Amino acid sequence: MKKINEMKLTVQAKSVNESFCRVAVASFAAQLDPTVEEISDIKTAVSEAVTNSIVHAYSAMNGNIYITASLYPDNMLTVRVRDTGIGIADIKQAREPLFTTGGDDRSGLGFSVMECFSDKLKVTSKEGKGTTVTIYKKIRGKSVDES
Amino acid sequence: MVLFKAEKDTLTAYLGGDIDHHTSKNFRDEIDSEMARLMPSVLRLDFRDVHFMDSSGVGLVMGRYKTGLIYGCKVVVASMPPKVEKIMKMSGLGRIITFEKE
Ligand SMILES: Nc1ncnc2c1ncn2[C@@H]1O[C@H](COP(=O)(O)OP(=O)(O)OP(=O)(O)O)[C@@H](O)[C@H]1O
Ligand SMILES: [Mg+2]
Repeated sequence: MKKINEMKLTVQAKSVNESFCRVAVASFAAQLDPTVEEISDIKTAVSEAVTNSIVHAYSAMNGNIYITASLYPDNMLTVRVRDTGIGIADIKQAREPLFTTGGDDRSGLGFSVMECFSDKLKVTSKEGKGTTVTIYKKIRGKSVDES
Repeated sequence: MVLFKAEKDTLTAYLGGDIDHHTSKNFRDEIDSEMARLMPSVLRLDFRDVHFMDSSGVGLVMGRYKTGLIYGCKVVVASMPPKVEKIMKMSGLGRIITFEKE
């Protein structure tokens, strides 16, 4: 599909950047005239992906998070969040609701939230190499409210 | 940011702003120290002024529930905006924690 527009962002895997990343992607998506709810969904999904890279991929090391947001025809937005951290051994298990390798403060809901708040979620990973999560979201926008 | 109100044996914590992995540490520390100080029998977490929350918010509530078990303190979640409620409901937390209706 033909790409209409694109934004790339690289940040250090520091928790203080979580809000910056989700707001930056939401601002980029604003050109599609999304509803308040769609903006909120995008922010939440991006926050989950970025947090996972910080908490799990780079838990004991420094690294970068690479974000690419792209627009395609028919108001299709994709957001790719990539890290070069520890990777995921079993993606199917990781995506199961409530599965977590995190501590007491993690609930194992991140992937479920990303799935629920997007139209499609793609996860690829290689142990020791890193993980790429792609969020697909069609922005129906205000036109839906009118009909 | 957390504002506290203590009434009888109920401690209400009014959470405000964004709850994510970065900010939740702060919320957790503030709530836990107030809980340890006052030893309430009910902790009410009020979400009316929360503008953003991801799954870290669920972890925050679940953690307070576990701390509450140690103190014998019940946890209640109150005044959730729709987007907060959507995530809380996904967690199944409603089975062990009371979601207070307005
Ligand atoms: N980028 C990543 N790199 C390595 N492991 C990951 C990554 N993302 C997720 N995981 C693994 O997948 C599990 C599930 O992730 P998910 O986001 O669903 O839950 P969580 O992060 O553990 O908890 P929550 O998101 O509710 O705080 C994680 O516990 C971790 O083991
Ligand atoms: Mg997560």
